[in-house]
Amino acid sequence: MIRERHLNILLLAGFLAVPLYALAVDEPFTITLATRAAILALAAVGLNIALGWGGLVSFGHAAFFGIGGYSMGILAFHAQNYMPLDLGFAVLEGTKSMPVIWLVATLTSALAALAIGALSLRTSGVYFIMITLAFAQMFYYFAISWSRYGGEDGISIYVRNEFPGLNTLAPIQFFGLCFAALLLALWLNARLVASPFGLALNAARQVPVRVQTVGLDPTRLKLVAFVISGAITGLAGALFADLNRFVSPSMFSWHLSGELIVLIILGGVGRLMGPVIGAILFVALDHILGGWTTHWHIALGAILLGVVLFARGGVIGLLCGPKGQA
Amino acid sequence: MSTILIIEQVLNGLQSGVMLFLMAAGLTLIFGVMGLINLAHGSLYMVGAFAAAAVAGATGSFLLALLGALVAAAVAGVLVEMLVIRRLYAADHLDQVLATFALILIFSEGTRLIFGSFPLYLDIPDWLSGPVTLPGGIQYPLYRLALIGAGLAVALTLWALIERTRIGIQIRAGENDREMIAALGVDISRLYTLIFALGAALAGLAGALVGAIQSVQVGMGEPVLILAFVTIVIGGIGSIKGAFVGALLVGLTQTLGSVFLPAFFRLFLDPATAMSVGSSLANMAVYILMSLVLIFRPTGLMGARA
Repeated sequence: MIRERHLNILLLAGFLAVPLYALAVDEPFTITLATRAAILALAAVGLNIALGWGGLVSFGHAAFFGIGGYSMGILAFHAQNYMPLDLGFAVLEGTKSMPVIWLVATLTSALAALAIGALSLRTSGVYFIMITLAFAQMFYYFAISWSRYGGEDGISIYVRNEFPGLNTLAPIQFFGLCFAALLLALWLNARLVASPFGLALNAARQVPVRVQTVGLDPTRLKLVAFVISGAITGLAGALFADLNRFVSPSMFSWHLSGELIVLIILGGVGRLMGPVIGAILFVALDHILGGWTTHWHIALGAILLGVVLFARGGVIGLLCGPKGQA
Repeated sequence: MSTILIIEQVLNGLQSGVMLFLMAAGLTLIFGVMGLINLAHGSLYMVGAFAAAAVAGATGSFLLALLGALVAAAVAGVLVEMLVIRRLYAADHLDQVLATFALILIFSEGTRLIFGSFPLYLDIPDWLSGPVTLPGGIQYPLYRLALIGAGLAVALTLWALIERTRIGIQIRAGENDREMIAALGVDISRLYTLIFALGAALAGLAGALVGAIQSVQVGMGEPVLILAFVTIVIGGIGSIKGAFVGALLVGLTQTLGSVFLPAFFRLFLDPATAMSVGSSLANMAVYILMSLVLIFRPTGLMGARA
């Protein structure tokens, strides 16, 4: 068994090495694949906070991913068309600046997570899974019929947004930004888990009654976790939109919510690097098997079944043993 | 807005409601008795539709096609239950969601591998096509009327099966206390396979019946699956009666919403805006209905008290 900490360091080093190598041999497409993996990992790190530590099986995290995406899409759309957005009480110019877009994406998805979480946490178990799905579907259908922003066709952004001091059009520099965001989220995640809040959250997942008897409100702990989780996934959505320079209702689709869960389970639920391994594997499989046959989803399905039935704990569980031992 | 239009739309709503019930009944039984969330239920719907299209293509008989759909879906259900689902009963919901999500991937790509990506068509038989005149002079398609009749007949049969037969007693007992009926000597794993096959057959039947008015294609089960989940959550998971009420509510909300909401907004908005606001609200209405039910009655309309 490998120690989880060693595996994590190795993994991040490997993750960084691939695009650097691709840069050296001039294969920009590999850098784009790595960027995609980093962004999906970021989204799944967000979900893992709710799912792995809070025990909240959200089947609707596409809602936050999409809100982040549309935050970017709408701001950049108004900026690129020189068409200020009239809100009634204020007129917004729109912006092409990534830091501003990220801030807006994080805040709006946190707000959405607050509203969705507050309502959904009244239920639990299977009902929680279904109500989060329902909220994501509401956003999905809303986006489809929102003709001002392209409806079903979505919004195309012609030039990638700007980050002060960097050339975001260079694939490696954009990868650097996404990787930095991922590292930041992982650091936050690790600090959160070790903090008094994280310990209380862990307890609220396992024995809510005991948490209540020591005077903490389990629902509030879970709500805070859900909001943080939604905000991180929202940031990933904004980055994903910038990677593709395109936003569409499919960012809200329930397949995406399912895929995020898949990433986490592939890697390992409630493990810091679980989502990262899952995302790397997913993007690699997509690329390798997808190049080999268009029917690669059969293989993906079989792999997933294998993980659920025979390899509980995902890749990290396989390499490092069950949680709490390493 | 004439009365005729309203009656027509109510009938359309009923038709999609009873078809939804065929899906939801199996889903809710499987959850109620085995405690399993089966995302692959939509795939069984698709299997039914494809089997029906294939049999109808080979024999030209619609009734044989329906029979083919029932058999194919039930067989697929039994296979899936024995190979995969059986290992998931004791697992938590997360594993069930994931494993059945994996089954969707396998079923969808497998079907695409066999039948290709182009939609198939299943024709309505001559003896069920054309309109009928209802009392009051309303022209309504005979096939849709037949769907309503078939759905209600299945609902009634299901009710009789569960309330009036020995198997039904075992199913209800299974919902209340699995360990106890196993201890009383009922072969629980055979009962589970049977329930799964029954749910699968109902889903397959729904797929074949609806396949004749829509195209038969890969992925056709997914929108229905999501709606069926909404239905059983509204009705209360595990309750057949709840599934029936939920299915009619969802069917009517969706159908009536898509016609009347745009019309309603046209009263005070310009037509283009009214159309887009109305149609988006109509699509969202079902989910709004579900979240309202869950917020005020967290276990659904007819679910057991938490």
